[in-house]
Amino acid sequence: MPSYTLSVNGEQMSADADADTPLLWVLRDHLNLVGTKFGCGVAQCGACTVHMNGMAMRSCVLPISAVGDNKIVTIEGLSAAGDHPIQQAWEELDVSQCGYCQAGQLMAAAALLKNSPNPSDEEIDGAMTNICRCGTHVRIRKAIHLAAEKLK
Amino acid sequence: MESTFSRRQFLKVSALSGGGLLLSFSLLGNTESKAMADAVFSPNAYIKISSDGTIVLMSPNPEIGQGVKTSLPVIIAEELEVDWKKIQVELAPLNPVFGRQMAGGSGSIRGRYPELRKIGATAREMLIAAAAQTWNVSPEDCIAKDGKVIHSSSGKSLSYGELAAKAATLPVPTEPKLKEIKDFKFIGTRVNDVDAHKITTGRPLYGIDTRREGMLFAMVARSPAYGKTLGSVDDSEALKVNGVKKVVQLKNSVAVLATSTWAAKKGRDALKIQWEATGKLENSAEHFAAFKEMLEKGAPSPSRNDGNLEESFEKASKILDVTFELPTLSHGQMEPLNFYADVRDGKVELFGPTQVPDQVRGEVSKQLGIAPENISVSMPRQGGGFGRKLMTDNGAEAALISAAAQVPVQVQWTREDDMQNDFYRPAEMYRYRAALSPDSLLAWHQSGVGLVAGIRGDSYVAGALPNYRSEGQALPSNTPTGWWRAPGACTMAYVAEAFMDEVCTELKKDPVAFRLEMFEKAKKEPVGRVSYDPDKYRSVVELVAQMCDWGNTPAGVYRGFSTWFSFGSYAAEVVDLKLENGKPRVVKVYCAVHCGRVINLSGAENQVQGAIIDGISHAMFPKVTFVEGAVAETNFHAYPFLKMKDAPLDIEVKFVESEDAPTGLGEPALPPVAAALANALFAATGKRIRKMPFAEQLG
Repeated sequence: MPSYTLSVNGEQMSADADADTPLLWVLRDHLNLVGTKFGCGVAQCGACTVHMNGMAMRSCVLPISAVGDNKIVTIEGLSAAGDHPIQQAWEELDVSQCGYCQAGQLMAAAALLKNSPNPSDEEIDGAMTNICRCGTHVRIRKAIHLAAEKLK
Repeated sequence: MESTFSRRQFLKVSALSGGGLLLSFSLLGNTESKAMADAVFSPNAYIKISSDGTIVLMSPNPEIGQGVKTSLPVIIAEELEVDWKKIQVELAPLNPVFGRQMAGGSGSIRGRYPELRKIGATAREMLIAAAAQTWNVSPEDCIAKDGKVIHSSSGKSLSYGELAAKAATLPVPTEPKLKEIKDFKFIGTRVNDVDAHKITTGRPLYGIDTRREGMLFAMVARSPAYGKTLGSVDDSEALKVNGVKKVVQLKNSVAVLATSTWAAKKGRDALKIQWEATGKLENSAEHFAAFKEMLEKGAPSPSRNDGNLEESFEKASKILDVTFELPTLSHGQMEPLNFYADVRDGKVELFGPTQVPDQVRGEVSKQLGIAPENISVSMPRQGGGFGRKLMTDNGAEAALISAAAQVPVQVQWTREDDMQNDFYRPAEMYRYRAALSPDSLLAWHQSGVGLVAGIRGDSYVAGALPNYRSEGQALPSNTPTGWWRAPGACTMAYVAEAFMDEVCTELKKDPVAFRLEMFEKAKKEPVGRVSYDPDKYRSVVELVAQMCDWGNTPAGVYRGFSTWFSFGSYAAEVVDLKLENGKPRVVKVYCAVHCGRVINLSGAENQVQGAIIDGISHAMFPKVTFVEGAVAETNFHAYPFLKMKDAPLDIEVKFVESEDAPTGLGEPALPPVAAALANALFAATGKRIRKMPFAEQLG
């Protein structure tokens, strides 16, 4: 089995895995970073969203062999103290219901705010394509606007 | 004190286990020495107050996103008089000391409200008694507040931690005095989810996150179609996959065990299996063709038949006669099913997502022949339920695999596995007929068929109308059906309330005024059994009308109304949509709810908003199609849910002020929204939407 060295949350981490192993499962099963979630395996739901060089990326369809030197950030590394403005906003507005999709939602929202610090509703509609089966969309939208306020 | 503990007293003073799961008080027995060093006051299984000041409350029911891990302890904390920020909450493992541990029927708060108040009050009284004895004062002169007992006249106080050891030696009161409702501090306020920070920082919380020593990951090849069973199996290629350790065959499936989820999946996909058609391979098209025939024939006997239907239709000046179609639906909870099982030495440890842990234990006991007392079940937080986990298949399967492979195992399902192996919301078809005079509704006839005969004969307008008939029929099928959020109500509300809107349009009646007229009739001149409270129904209709300024629709907005009663609660909803480039966009939804007393306002509002989005999502987009017994929609690309671009921009929720005991809330806001949406779409397009998914009808 080949060995790969990845940059994850600012650290160099190694994993022995088949070349076709999706980054999602490398994070979860090899590196014990289970915050990134499995939802569909076909890049439809976004539960597995991580950042690659600051861009939102669905890790369930990204094979480990394609990661290379790119810098990966997972929900565990979004902020050192768990206090990224988007995390604060999510907690303040009590966004979660079951909570399962929220790591992916947070990563998608954080990437959006990086590109567009004060997004319009149209931008939120365009960028937030993750599925939430519980229906927390109204609070997610509000939390993104609140995080934008915090970033000012 | 330590040397004179009786056995009974000892049971109340238990040891706090380090960090992990707390043992429930009845399970302790050999930790006496530790108990002495670190006394824990535990007058019942739900409350543990240790001498170091730690307060742990156990939340007894499974947490599937309905918020009970937070809201059930809120009820205890209210009576206990603690500082909410200082408590810890744990999910209780399956144990008879916690009563009926299940998540379903919107019943957790309803069922437990009186009991949990008493549980909190019991501990409060004992802590007060402990302080009173310490100070040699009357308990009446002491009050409990923020985790302390205070002597009113002197102002001196002792914390619950300081009182724990003494309180543990006192008798347990059987009829503790409950707080006055006007003194509530937490109940009715906004309390954030106790796991909020763990969720936003990606901490391990869910079944899928389970990692145990020696555990293997498993994936299972199950039948690719209903009606097919396991034939020959060739596992030679599977065993060559890197990381694959074992292959075990069950009665109608094959499990591959490996050192990682991906290896297990690759191994599973490398199995060569002959599946044999041993039953009927069904098609959705045939289901609907059969439904149509059955509807034309009519049901042999109605479930409710008031007045004289035939006569009403004979003298009607106008008859409405329409048909509604609803597809089979899957649950699609975000966390694909999984379960951890460790079967060894005649004992079973189970950990995973289930709404019915007791039934999982029963099923495993039956299938493995192991006594229930040797089977432990505990639950993580769960990534959605929606009724899927009222079935025991995922837990039982994991136990069978662990037993066969003789290794602890985490069985992980893929989304495709979930879609093909569900217990679906059954497909249904309804025929609705109304007999009208020029200005009134004379008679109502609803007739339903489905993969189960799920029709509610006693929901309104029954009780408000002299001539009423309701009937249901089932088509036998080998496609499995089950409970899906707000079972029965979720489909009945759509067809009945969309049809009611057609009646209002035909009679040129205002939809809100006409419903109020119906409830007035049910109250003043009830016909037969009335299963709902007309006053409560009226209260939500009036409130939502007020919220949206009914009658003054903003320019460019199209509006639909609907209301439904389910799980003890009443919900009335108004959907406002706009046409953007000819495409409908729901911009706002108003919802008024009567659910008795609200426990956690934030959680309650979240449930209502979520149920509305869930209802819109499933009305608009997904459907399951059986083709030769297989589900054509294998994953979310073909089984779409609503995304942000289709979500309402705002959902305004109000609760009718009530001092009644709480009624259901996880489900009741879902049923009305599909009809409110269909009625708004009619207002916008002039087209009646009588078939789900609506998106297909809108073109």
